[in-house]
Amino acid sequence: MATDNRTDGQIERRQFLKRSLGVVAAASLPLPVSQALAASNGGGNLAPNVPEWTRSQGAPILSPAYGQPSRFEDGVVRTPTDLTPTTTSSWSFTPLQDLNGAITPNGLVFERHHGGVPDIDPEQHQLMLHGMVEKPMIFSMAEIKRFPQVSIKRFLECSGNTLTEWKQPTGKTVQDTHGLLSCCEWTGVRLSTLLRAAGVGDKAKWILAEGADAAAMTRSIPMEKALDDALVVYAQNGEALRPEQGYPLRLILPGFEGNTQIKWLRRLEVSDAPYMTREETSKYTDLMRDGSARQFTFVMEAKSVITFPSGGHTLPEKGFYEIRGLAWSGRGKITWVDVSTDGGRNWTQAELEGPVESKALTAFRLPWRWEGGSALLQSRAIDETGYVQPTRQALIKARGLKSVYHLNAIQTWEVSSDGGISNVHV
Amino acid sequence: MFTYKTIAFTVLASLVGAGTIMAQDEDYGLGREATTKEIAGWNIDVPPSGDGLPGGSGTVAEGKEVYQTQCQSCHGADGNSGPMDKLVGGKDTLTSDSPVKTVGSYWPYATTLYDYIHRAMPFNSPQSLSPDDTYAVTAYVLFLNGIVDEDTTLDADSLPDIRMPNRDGFVSPDPRPDVLANACMTDCGSDETTP
Ligand code: HEC
Repeated sequence: MATDNRTDGQIERRQFLKRSLGVVAAASLPLPVSQALAASNGGGNLAPNVPEWTRSQGAPILSPAYGQPSRFEDGVVRTPTDLTPTTTSSWSFTPLQDLNGAITPNGLVFERHHGGVPDIDPEQHQLMLHGMVEKPMIFSMAEIKRFPQVSIKRFLECSGNTLTEWKQPTGKTVQDTHGLLSCCEWTGVRLSTLLRAAGVGDKAKWILAEGADAAAMTRSIPMEKALDDALVVYAQNGEALRPEQGYPLRLILPGFEGNTQIKWLRRLEVSDAPYMTREETSKYTDLMRDGSARQFTFVMEAKSVITFPSGGHTLPEKGFYEIRGLAWSGRGKITWVDVSTDGGRNWTQAELEGPVESKALTAFRLPWRWEGGSALLQSRAIDETGYVQPTRQALIKARGLKSVYHLNAIQTWEVSSDGGISNVHV
Repeated sequence: MFTYKTIAFTVLASLVGAGTIMAQDEDYGLGREATTKEIAGWNIDVPPSGDGLPGGSGTVAEGKEVYQTQCQSCHGADGNSGPMDKLVGGKDTLTSDSPVKTVGSYWPYATTLYDYIHRAMPFNSPQSLSPDDTYAVTAYVLFLNGIVDEDTTLDADSLPDIRMPNRDGFVSPDPRPDVLANACMTDCGSDETTP
């Protein structure tokens, strides 16, 4: 075990070195140069020397008042898609390969906007609740925050996550292939509590949710979902929602496709029928082989992906590596994750990080010794309904190749004998 | 320890009339009734029934003018030459291997077109079109797709009656799970599914 740890430590150190040298080249900052050179010269700060940061005081408190990651982590950022003609109706990816555990830091939660990020004054933001209700209501942000509060950890995945991977392996890293995926602890009020305040009758079957952004994003939500586990939230991971996540108010529909979880939520209209908005007809519908399109395909089915080692990583030497990844299901809890190192012929059960929560990212891990040959790494999630994450071939057999959304297939990373890792289809 | 203190505090508080512990889901008395005027200002959606469509009207000819001044720079002279989304064309491509999804080939309801143009277009100035201009440019986009004639006038009565070519193209409820895979553990084949 001690040997394993040391091996692991060496990997981290090498990556650290590579990164700090890269930063130097890009920005030519004087301080990192001396540090990086010292390190590459054999390490002026390595044992047995006493590191320079040990021999003087560090930065004072409030440097800065809102804490930031270490400057050595400045490569850990969201990256943009190159598929959209505008940058306001566009998306950016979460760097899953650089994260640990199941919570996504707020500044790294993926983005998908259709009209940019509005700059909303919470004092001038209201939630209107009307339509087929006994009493149409308006709530201020202060009033919404006075309702009984709930906090819950739930994943958020764009139904377009992985869409580049239907036909051929396209993304280089797990950020490219699976980065429209995040998980936060959300805090707010149950939507059912607000609906009860307005009074909803039996005829009410749908709710239109609308954002206050330039897209005035709208989706129709089934009343069943609204009364089940929907939340209207104002906080993520303990602090106010980030502007790009809907500040000051958004909808959370656990397990549903991300687009339905309306950000900058300003209006809820109760109705007996869906509204057939552009985002539930022209977009976010799944075209089948026969030319028909599936509509209201809300649930994100069970999926998993190995985040370490994954595309773009290089294994520096033979030896111990812990295979790490994430699994999730829009239908409930993950009960089981299997890992294969031979492209799906043989599988081994991975360990799940507990307690496993429903509709939340679940970390899995499996110890592995790389012997230096080529390997095909895969993971396969199973949820509490017994649903097994399928292969890409099986999904294509059922749906064809033009449905765009909801690709939840098993992902393969190929480890080549030089330790390089790439995205492949098997 | 803490609990005792809490109870003691609560008892003391209610003794002096400072409050009572409420059961869950009581009437919290938060928020206020929305006025008709407030609702009218925000209630911009147009469902397939046409409920909520405003008064006013617009013709294909008027729509052409709106289009040329406010839409063409992003959607092209004929609606399908970009640089942004194609609004025209794609007829009969949905069954092909390279489907072209446009208002004409894919959208099931004309009301959605009015709704979307009014709420989100022009992209750089959303919710700026008058009802007349929105009816007109809606009519023009439908005309470019061969769905209405050149002499068409659209208003709250005629818009919901338009039948879009792909009206019956959508399937719900969701038929998933549509792929039932096996969790084979050893010496598995390449396609472990039961259809
Ligand atoms: C500045 C560029 C720009 C202008 C001007 C503009 N649009 Fe758009 N339009 C876009 C973009 C970008 C999208 C895609 C938005 C998205 O997907 O979030 C779009 C989408 C659309 C769509 C939906 C297409 C589909 O199939 O889903 C329609 C319809 C549309 N525009 C109509 C119009 C009309 C009518 C006008 C003029 C009144 C107009 N647009 C002006 C940029 C523009």
